[in-house]
Amino acid sequence: MSSPIVHAGHQAPTGFIRRYVFSLDHKVIGIQYYFLALFSVFLGMGLSLLMRYHMVYPDAKVAWFEKLWPTGAAGGIMTPELYLSLMTMHGTIMVFFVLTTAPQSGFGNYFLPIQIGAEDMAFPVLNMLSFWTTFLALVVMVAAFFVPGGAPLAGWTAYPPLSAVGPLAGPGEGLGQTLWVFSIAIFSGASLMGAINFIATTIDLRCKGMSMMRLPLTCWSWFVTAILGLLGFAVLLAAGVLLLLDRMAGTSFFLPAGLVVNDQILNHKGGSPLLWQHLFWFFGHPEVYIAILPGMGVASQLLSTFSRKPIFGYRAMVYAILGIGFLGFFVWGHHMFMSGMNPYSAMAFSILTMSIGVPSAIKTFNWIGTLWGGRIRFETAMLFALGFVSLFVTGGISGIFLGQPALDLYFHDTYFVVGHFHMIMGVAAIFGMFAGTFYWFPKMFGRMMNETLGKIHFYLTFIGVYAIFTPMHFLGIAGNPRRYADFTNFEFMGKLMPVHTFMTWAAIGTASVQIIFIINLVWSMKKGPKAPVNPWEATTLEWTIPSPPPFDNFAGKHPVVNHGPYEYSVPGAPKDYIMQTDPA
Amino acid sequence: MLLGPIVWILTVVICYFFIGHYWWFPPPISQHGEAYDAQFTVTLWVTGVIFFLAQMALGWVIIRFRDKGGVAKYSHGNNLLEAVWTSATAVLFIGLVLAGTRIWAAVHFDEAPADALRIEVMGKQFAWSFRYAGPDGKFGRLDIKQINDANGNPFGIDANDPAGKDDLTSASLKVPAGKPILLILRSRDVIHNFFVRELRLKQDIVPGMEIPFHFQADKVGTYEVPCSELCGLGHHQMRTTMEVMAEADFEKWKRELAAQK
Amino acid sequence: MPESITTDIIGGRGAPPAATGFGGGDGDSGGRGASRRASITGLLVLLAASVMLFAAFSSAFFVRRGLSNDWVNTPLPRILWINTGVLVASSIALELARSALRAGRRAAFNRYWTGATILGALFLGGQYLAWQQLNDAGIYLATNPSSSFFFVLTCAHAVHLLGGISALGYIDVQALLLRLGPGKRTAVDVSAYFWHFLDAIWIYLMALFFFWG
Repeated sequence: MSSPIVHAGHQAPTGFIRRYVFSLDHKVIGIQYYFLALFSVFLGMGLSLLMRYHMVYPDAKVAWFEKLWPTGAAGGIMTPELYLSLMTMHGTIMVFFVLTTAPQSGFGNYFLPIQIGAEDMAFPVLNMLSFWTTFLALVVMVAAFFVPGGAPLAGWTAYPPLSAVGPLAGPGEGLGQTLWVFSIAIFSGASLMGAINFIATTIDLRCKGMSMMRLPLTCWSWFVTAILGLLGFAVLLAAGVLLLLDRMAGTSFFLPAGLVVNDQILNHKGGSPLLWQHLFWFFGHPEVYIAILPGMGVASQLLSTFSRKPIFGYRAMVYAILGIGFLGFFVWGHHMFMSGMNPYSAMAFSILTMSIGVPSAIKTFNWIGTLWGGRIRFETAMLFALGFVSLFVTGGISGIFLGQPALDLYFHDTYFVVGHFHMIMGVAAIFGMFAGTFYWFPKMFGRMMNETLGKIHFYLTFIGVYAIFTPMHFLGIAGNPRRYADFTNFEFMGKLMPVHTFMTWAAIGTASVQIIFIINLVWSMKKGPKAPVNPWEATTLEWTIPSPPPFDNFAGKHPVVNHGPYEYSVPGAPKDYIMQTDPA
Repeated sequence: MLLGPIVWILTVVICYFFIGHYWWFPPPISQHGEAYDAQFTVTLWVTGVIFFLAQMALGWVIIRFRDKGGVAKYSHGNNLLEAVWTSATAVLFIGLVLAGTRIWAAVHFDEAPADALRIEVMGKQFAWSFRYAGPDGKFGRLDIKQINDANGNPFGIDANDPAGKDDLTSASLKVPAGKPILLILRSRDVIHNFFVRELRLKQDIVPGMEIPFHFQADKVGTYEVPCSELCGLGHHQMRTTMEVMAEADFEKWKRELAAQK
Repeated sequence: MPESITTDIIGGRGAPPAATGFGGGDGDSGGRGASRRASITGLLVLLAASVMLFAAFSSAFFVRRGLSNDWVNTPLPRILWINTGVLVASSIALELARSALRAGRRAAFNRYWTGATILGALFLGGQYLAWQQLNDAGIYLATNPSSSFFFVLTCAHAVHLLGGISALGYIDVQALLLRLGPGKRTAVDVSAYFWHFLDAIWIYLMALFFFWG
């Protein structure tokens, strides 16, 4: 019989395994997720460099290609099927293991409980399980590279029939594609577990005085993101199950009759490839909001803190987050304008899509409104938050073209789309993660990151990403299709090669610059100057506890909140900031 | 603070390239294409102005409100401003969509004219085939078991159907200029997409569906057709052309093709 | 050492310390109250995800059904009706158990809860029989779209039920070992709610196949 007083979490764990491997501490789990995402982003970036190199030098003979891929790159020359599988894995790894992971499960796990005044997440064991399930999903995904046939080549969107008919459709479409589906299914399960924690924690574990309308915008973002994940990933799981059955059990959910693949007549009948698209994008669109909302929360947080001003229009910002989350479930059809679906529904989806532009615009105006009249400090964290705003504008604007089916008649499946989503996800969201890193590193590791290295990294990266991704819009206007291994077969594409070459070298340069970030991160963890409790003079609860925080965050105390999260430069106050926990 | 001017410079450079039309659409060859370009231009201006103003504003606040000592303005927002810019955005964005409705409707809501020339399109990994009905004006039945690429029967025209005997199959698309065309899009295996830049049109080709798609091309010329939906390892090689010919030339071509059978 | 993983997951005695946010203190009603709330929220969230899963399958069902003419209604084996009765009976047994627990009648709780667990296991066994019967009639997963959905939906339900039975079984063992203290009240309630939810899903699935086959 155990003592009724002893609770699981009140004793700090001992032993390496309990402390760092199967930890129940949300802070450790958050860092585990962060490093999983960091590994994944470098893997994904490496894949993209291989892709960009091949597009511009398709006949290049690279000796170590053959070592890694004896079939896919026989003679050291990358085959188109290898290119497509690298592309598929690049997209998949980036979207799932980076963008769905670091902003939400990484920073959110670490800071949601602290920012609401809780000692941990609602369900610490579930939290631990959700990390290791994500880890398992990554292992299964990476395993696809190593099985016979290699990784799948159907894109991260895995449209059937290409993804459903098996190895007849190409190398990697055998075991590789199957592993991919399993990995996504496992990842969906992990996300559901995480969502349960985030939602229950936000609703039930807020400390005294922390009403919903005093929550930092980071918490609102994590909360709504969790709801999106909860509802979206359940549908993805269903879709994955059906795809697996079509692949392995002879069912015909997505496969119609009359398919002749590689000279073989297949016996499926009656299924619909469009059904997959509907199910996938019903998940897929909320997914992109999952990728960006936490970054928006971080941007709001930092812009307010480093301008020494309250966020402009807190209520509007909350409604905008809720609006984006809600509307995000009704616009999936804008990925399917050209799919053959009912054209009347296209109009409906289009109007809803444009409507989502409205809360996004509200947020942008409010960010600028926050800066207006401020006293802006340009620490690296703030630079990334400012960069986020610029990139979000650029990336969001191209959505206005794509959201109109009339214009999508040309732009669908061109580089215009690739430019759009890379700007928003591949850059703005990543800048949100950089901003979060520089901002919260002192709290997480008890040391400050190096500002000089940070600023150099920021400026080079900011210019670099504009250089890489803006030209994609021009390629799209010129009609360059996406997912092409090379452009040697079309006259009009030959004329665009200088643009591709420019982008490739911009990518290689910008990727190399990221070494500065890694050096800064690793060196600062070990040797950075000790961080004070509140280096940024910020108001939210994480800045009331030591850097790094003790095991149970608030050392047994229960914070009481008396103020909103953005009380900066309050007239008559002794300092230019009032902590949320300061006396009323 | 350096960020302010950098944002300005990037903005100006980007606008310069958009205005300069350095890498741009090919000239349109149809009325739909002209309407398309008009809608694109309106959208470009609206978004361009928003883009320019937003980035300029961002750059400006960075410079103007850098910390020079002093006190920041304590304000939680401005509801009037919020209402104004929210409504303006909504009107602009939704207005753009509604403006483009006519274009979408002409392509997808309106049926092809009754006298449109019907051409069947077959996409397969990794080539295109086009079928014309021949003098009897009827297409023969298809039977996938009779598909034979080597013998020039990619469609699998049923040898037992007399209506199919005079069907003409071609690896590239030829159409008469100035006449309405109705394509019936089919795929044998995976999803493909038929795209002609100069027409400003594309359409997914989905196995299990026969998708009608109509247009009218007015300018004579040969235009490349790149498959525009990932269809496997040969996706980047799945190329054909659409040749728009004067009507007399088109008829001549058909006769020559028939003679070769 | 935490008492058990399950209590950590679903709240109860070994509740996460964060639950003591309101009012503070360990082990007092404030602490347990807050963790009970979190557990109920957690359950509701889980149910929302599960509803979405079945909604996704259902929408695929209706789309596929309308698509082509190869849909052949799956004949429902008789045993499914018996299974339905068994499942409903198990839910009733759970409610009788909970009411007995509230009245402090431990022995009655044990009887009803064990009964419910056994009925749950019987349901799963009955499902297996139903699948066998369909197979014997030549109806398999890939036979036609209706049968595909039948197997997918009933299997998805059965997987959920396995989770439910594990929870019921765990509580049962704790009860029989006289370890079901007041701190586990939330675990009892949450398990019961989850079970009733699965009941409702099952009735929905029966209706789905009965009317739209």
